Formats: sequence, structure tokens, C-alpha cells
Amino acid sequence: MGKNTRATWLWLVAGLVIVIVVVVLARPYWEPRFFPPTVTEIEKTLVYCSEGSPEGFNPSLYTSGTTFDASSRTLFNKLVEFERGTTKIVAALAESWEAADDGLSYTFKLRKGVKFHTTKNFTPSRDFNADDVLHSFNRQGDPAHPYYKVSGGTYEYYQGMSMPALIKEIVKVDDYTVKFVLNEPEAPFIANMAMDFASIMSAEHADKMMAAGTPEKADLEPVGTGPFQLVQYQKDAVIRYKAHPGYWDGKAAIDTLIFAITPDASVRYQKLKVGECHVMPYPNPADIDTIKANPDINVLEQEGLNVGYLAFNVERKPFDDKRVRQALNMAINKDAIIDAVFQGAGKAAKNPIPPTIWSYNDATKDYAYDPEAAKALLAEAGAAGLKTNIWAMPVQRPYNPNAKRMAEIIQADWAKIGVEAEIVTFEWGEYLKRSKNGEHDTVLLGWTGDNGDPDNFLYVLLGCDAAKDGTNRARWCHKPFNDLLVQAKRTSDIGERTALYEKAQLVFKEEAPWATIAHSVVFMPVRKEVSDYRIDPFGGHIFYGVGLK
Amino acid sequence: MGGEVPAHPALRPFPRQTLFRFFITRFGMVVPTFFGVTVVAFFLIRLIPGDPIELLVGERGIAPERHAYLLKEFGYDRPLWQQYLGFVHNLLNGDFGTSIVSREPVLSEFLTLFPATIELSFMALFFALAIGLPVGILAAVRRGTVFDHTVMGISLTGYSMPIFWWGLLLIILFSGTLGWTPVSGRISVLYYIEPTTGFMLIDSLLIDEPGAFKSALRHLILPTIVLGTIPLAVIARQTRSAMLEVLGEDYIRTAHAKGLAPMRIIGIHALRNALIPVITTIGLQTGVLLAGAILTETIFAWPGVGNWLINSIYRRDYPSVQGGILLVACIVITVNLLVDLAYGLINPRIRHAGKS
Repeated sequence: MGKNTRATWLWLVAGLVIVIVVVVLARPYWEPRFFPPTVTEIEKTLVYCSEGSPEGFNPSLYTSGTTFDASSRTLFNKLVEFERGTTKIVAALAESWEAADDGLSYTFKLRKGVKFHTTKNFTPSRDFNADDVLHSFNRQGDPAHPYYKVSGGTYEYYQGMSMPALIKEIVKVDDYTVKFVLNEPEAPFIANMAMDFASIMSAEHADKMMAAGTPEKADLEPVGTGPFQLVQYQKDAVIRYKAHPGYWDGKAAIDTLIFAITPDASVRYQKLKVGECHVMPYPNPADIDTIKANPDINVLEQEGLNVGYLAFNVERKPFDDKRVRQALNMAINKDAIIDAVFQGAGKAAKNPIPPTIWSYNDATKDYAYDPEAAKALLAEAGAAGLKTNIWAMPVQRPYNPNAKRMAEIIQADWAKIGVEAEIVTFEWGEYLKRSKNGEHDTVLLGWTGDNGDPDNFLYVLLGCDAAKDGTNRARWCHKPFNDLLVQAKRTSDIGERTALYEKAQLVFKEEAPWATIAHSVVFMPVRKEVSDYRIDPFGGHIFYGVGLK
Repeated sequence: MGGEVPAHPALRPFPRQTLFRFFITRFGMVVPTFFGVTVVAFFLIRLIPGDPIELLVGERGIAPERHAYLLKEFGYDRPLWQQYLGFVHNLLNGDFGTSIVSREPVLSEFLTLFPATIELSFMALFFALAIGLPVGILAAVRRGTVFDHTVMGISLTGYSMPIFWWGLLLIILFSGTLGWTPVSGRISVLYYIEPTTGFMLIDSLLIDEPGAFKSALRHLILPTIVLGTIPLAVIARQTRSAMLEVLGEDYIRTAHAKGLAPMRIIGIHALRNALIPVITTIGLQTGVLLAGAILTETIFAWPGVGNWLINSIYRRDYPSVQGGILLVACIVITVNLLVDLAYGLINPRIRHAGKS
């Protein structure tokens, strides 16, 4: 029996060896049949390694930039849009627009001959017109609209930009003219119209889906006028678009656009390096130098539309005294922060608005780093030996990549002038809530602009209304400053508004409700074969106009 | 049973219990376990501070009235016990809730993503078994040799391997530097795959695209290794100790004395008996695999339920988290139940218990 078993084993091994030899020798024959080496390279396909999954494809329902990249910036257009790579407002679905003299209404002349996407389940029978505009806005603003509740509708951006309070009514003057009537003059309104929530969707498609009893499909199978149309979304994996052949501004230079969803930044870089994607957002700051050294990759950079700040709670003593706030400003060594926290990828901030926004006042003089003067000023205000706290955010944001480190530096700087500060932190949601309630002495936070209008920084973060609801973390309501902002809202003359905002920035600096810390620099690694990619100041990723060599 | 092999409850002799009663007992234990899991799934995520609505709006903030309105809209304004009862009530009606982020039913999101996790877990388990079993057997047979010590040393390292670091290391070496494997994803994005079964290995064969299957296979290599590392170490060690135990038994000595070929003794007489505790280990490894999948999927951008659960937790998407945890727990319970049942069938001490 023992011998038999051994023989069987020998035969088995010999057989296996023969099979392996045959398979290996016959490789040239079977390999091309079973594993053809060719990959069906589609003509002009651009792959973008995106950082996360979109929440959905109707931008008015959501608030995250990841969702906007996948929806409003690819599938849809707005009445007016930001010129790619700038904060300048240009015509899009509206050919022209004009504000009434009293600032209480805006009339848009719509573009003719704009085609909607044709999808698997929908073929448009008409071009874009005023009905689509009314549908897109009334859905968000009119609780009686049949689509208001569809997809669990909560229109947080529409709400957040105070549109319900602002818009009195929207009137269809004729098929190609729409008039927005406002409750009060609001110059930034036109900038709001270029925001993602203001994307225009097909009313015809929505009606059809409603009639079919599947209204949610209007959101799941989006139909817009944008440069790309949705082909497929595989949840958490891939979003596939193709160029909209009838795009009103000319067909995109790439035929297929693919978002390969890749949550980890190091993995994204590896993908970019080996050519699995062409563009990647949000590199690890620590990797920037390595990426720059790669000959296949260009690293684009631009200052972000954001500001990181430390707000003093002026409702608490001694921060109600502006000398204390000024002294604490002088004690912070911003250069050290830029080096240690931003690793050079930041620029010291002196104004509450970033330099890429119009009306940025370059004449503002920042508090120079001067511990001695700070100490003296603090003593003069009777706050020597102050004990306080610094709140540090638990998350990484573009305007503050490492709040804890930043807080530690400020803590050490203040210790030099005899101020003892304790660092406090909470879970992010809790942090936002508590700081909004004013539970802090000083708090680190920041802001990324929504619409490129100075009002979107100054009024939202420092106005008196914001002090009441808490978005103004300094809880600082200073009448001379607020009056300038309100006045600027009431005129649509850019020159006049610029003068008012420039003045407001000087008042802000003198009163020092914040220590303005930094504006970040955005890095965008792009492979060499990609042409004309431009960094979007709003933090979006836009592929219309981008080509492949 | 003694030595390094833990005594599984099912291993203890069941002198007066029939196989049928054994099954009933095991089923009976599932019901309270299930309810225990609903409690954990529901309350655990709520113990983490963070308001889903505050997270949704970020720095922008939200008016208190609007906040209250949204809480009501999502049903979070009710007392916690009422929410819990509503959750269980819906569960019993087969409703796992609707995501507050994507507004889609949790069950359908889960089912869309689950095949990717199964595919990866199966491959990882297969990888772990294909290497773990032979290595464990060899180590037992050559007990005390350099081979044995090396294998056990490596498996201890494998067992304590931080998955995230391990995954990144492999990607940087094999994909980034050597270019042997793709970096991440399930298949090259250049293939247009319409999910039919959800299993990429099958779907890639169904489409008539040359090279698609190969691409899917290549994409599986690194995640399989990363996810399979810990189970591999466990199985190798478990197999070794079970084999050692069996090899010391009297009947093995008898077999040797009878002059049976060593291969036959090890392959048939010893292995069969040693496999019994190993099968239990495999059942227990399902939990480990699903937990490991969370990290593996995140790093390899693998669109499975682990990746999805992590995102849901970050967004405080309560319905997705509690529904997802519950579904995963159900799967682990089911697999362990099946293993126990299979065990009852395989283990003669249980199979024949009623007759004796």
C-alpha cells in the first residue's frame, strides 16, 4: 500500500509538471486569446481622481464641493457663471442682465438655442427657456411647488444664502425673459445667481418624471444643459460622463470624463504617478516637494478664496476692550505659523477677505509682530497676566491644515507676553455649535467664499445680523462698520461698492475683532499631457476647456 | 481539547442532545443576539458627539428655527427611546431606513455595494486558506525546525500588521515603483461595465471586452493580500497547533506503526481531524474580514460596504450607520450559525451524540 501511494504521488507530480510545461510553452498561443494585452483606449478620455463620492446629482439639494464638482460644474449651467479660473461674473444661460435703478429687481435675457442632454430615458422636445428657470428656483423656494418635497428636499444653500427672504417673486416676462423681484436691494444677488444651487434643470424632464410617478428620477438621472452628460455612476467607484454634443458654447475638448473616486491622498498620488489618472485634488502637504520633483507632473498653485482667523469673543471681558485685541494681534508671529502649519503653502492675511477678491485693500497695515509693544498695551488695558483659552478645530480645512499646531504656536507666543491660554477642542459638529453659541474666549475658524463677493465674507462673518445668529464668532457688532456694509449692499455700482469695502477693511483692522492669520495656497498636481487646466478660486474642479495632448 | 486550541462550545460533548436539538438551540440564540445588535447599532452612533445637521452645514451655520425644522423632518426631535422603537418597528417591516445624505434606502445602497465586499473577502479568505493551511501543516510536521520558527515568526508579524500602513506600503512598492499591479479600484476605468451581478470577476466576463477579466483580476491582487494577511496568520497558527495536537494522538502512532506512508497519515488521518477547529476559526474570521474590509476598502478605493460605513460615520448619517452595522452583524451571525451547523454535521461526536 505504501508503495502504491508513492507511485500515485509520483504520477500526479509528473502530470502536473507536464501540464505546467505545456501551458508555459503554449503561452504565445493562448495569451492573446484569454488575456489580450490591448486596452480599449477611448479617444480623449480624461480621468480625474476625485476625493469622495457625490451625495447626489442635484446640486440644489446638497452643500459639499465634491457634489458640486460632479453635478453643477459638469452637468449644469447657471444664468450667469464665474469665468473659469476667476471670480469674474460672465454671461451663461442668460445673455445679458440688468438691475432696476432702485435695485429691487433684476431682469435676465435668456440665451436662445440651448440644448438639454438627451439621455437613455429622456429626449428633450424643446430648447431651454424661461420655464426651466422658474422650475429650478421655485422648486427650492415655493413650498407649494410639486417638486419641493421630492428627494427629501432641503435646500440648505438656497436657505443659507437667505434667498427665501430676498426673493419676492420670479416673473416670466416672456419665453426668453425672466425678472427676479427682490424684497430689498441686494447687490451680491447677481453673484448668488452664479452659485451651484442656482443650476438650471429641465422642467420638461421633471414634468415627465412626475407624470410617470417617479419624480425622484429627475434627480437621479439628471438632465441639464452643461458641457458633459452623465453616463453612469457606480456608487463610491466611478462617475462616467461624455461630452454634450450640442453644448451651446461648443463641444468639450475631451470626449469622455471619468471621476475615479479615491479617498486617500497618498493613493491618489500613486495613481497620478503611474498614469491611472490625469488630475488629482488635495495632495498631502508633505508630498508636495516629491510631486514637484516628478517630471511627468505639473503642480499648479493659486491662493485659495479663503481666510483662516482667530476670533476674539467681544462679549467676554477683557476682549470688549479693543486694546486687548490689538495687543494679542501684535503678539502672534504669523511668519512662524505660515512655516510650521502651512509648510509654506499659505500667505499671511491682513484683511478678512483674500487678495483674489475685488475691493481687497492692500493699503491696510497689519499689526507687526512686537511682543514688547503688545505687553505694554496689554498692561495699559489692565489685562496683564490674562488667563484665557484658544479653541482649535479638530479637522483639517483648506484655510487651516492643522489647527492644533496653530493653537500651540499662538499659545507659546502669548506666553511670551504673560498671557496664559488653554487649548480647547471638540468634535467638529459640537465645535461649530458651541462656538456659534459664544462659549469660547478665542476661537480658530475660517471661511471659504461662496460667490466671490466681498459681502460674502464681510457681512456673513462680521455683520451685526451674523453677531446675533453666531456665524460672527467674534460676536462683534460695530455700527460704523456695519453701516458701510449695508450701504454697499444697496448699490450695484462696483466702483462705489469697492470704495465702501476698502473703508470697511480699515475699520476692521483698527477694531481688531479677529487676528487674521492666513490665506491658504491650493496645489493641484496635473499630468503633463493635460492642457489648460485652471485652478478654480472657489475650490471647484472644472473640466470644460481642459484638453489632452 | 487542550493546548493552544480554544475549546469551542460546539466541541464539548453533547451526551443527551440530538442533532435536531442542537440546531434549535443555536437558532434560539440568534434571536436575542439580533436584538442586542439593534440596541448597539442604534445607540452606539448616538454616543459619538456631533449633530448631523451641524456637520451638513459646516462653517456656514444654520438658523435655530431651520435646525429645529430639519430635526423634525428627520425624526430626531423625538425622545431617543421612541426613535429606537420606531427603528425596530421599521426593521420588523423590512425597512432599514433612508440615508439622510443620499436620501436613498439604506438596504438598496447596502445591496449595491455588498457584492464588492463579498468578492474581496472571498478572495482574501481563499488566499489565507491556500497559503495558511499548507504552511500550518508543514510547520507542525517539521516542528522545532528553522522553517517552523520562521513561519510562526512571520505569522505573528502578519497578525499584528497595521492594515493601512501595510496597504500603502504594497501600493507604493508594487504599483508606484515596480508598476506590476494597478494602484486602486476594481477594474481599469477605461472599461465600461454595467453591473449585472455586482461581482466584477463575473461582470467582466459577461461584457465582450478583451482584457476586462484580466484587469479585474489584477486589481484584486493587492487588496486580497492586504485583507488576507491577518486571517492567513491566524489560520496558519491554528492549523499548526491543531495538527500538533492530532499528531500526538494514539491512532497516529498506530498508523505509523502499521507502516502507512507519512503523506497518507498527515493528509488523511491527521488533517481531517485537525480541520475541525480550523473550520470554526474560518467562521470567526468573517468578522475579522468585514472589519478589515473597512480599512482595506478605504485605502484601495474599493466600493464596498466598509468604505461606505466609514463615510456614513463621518457624516453622522444615522440611518446608514445603524442599518449598515445591523446588516453586517446579521451576516456575521448567519455565517457563524452556518459554521456551527456544518460543524455539527462534520463532528462525529455531535453527529452521533443522539445514537449513543
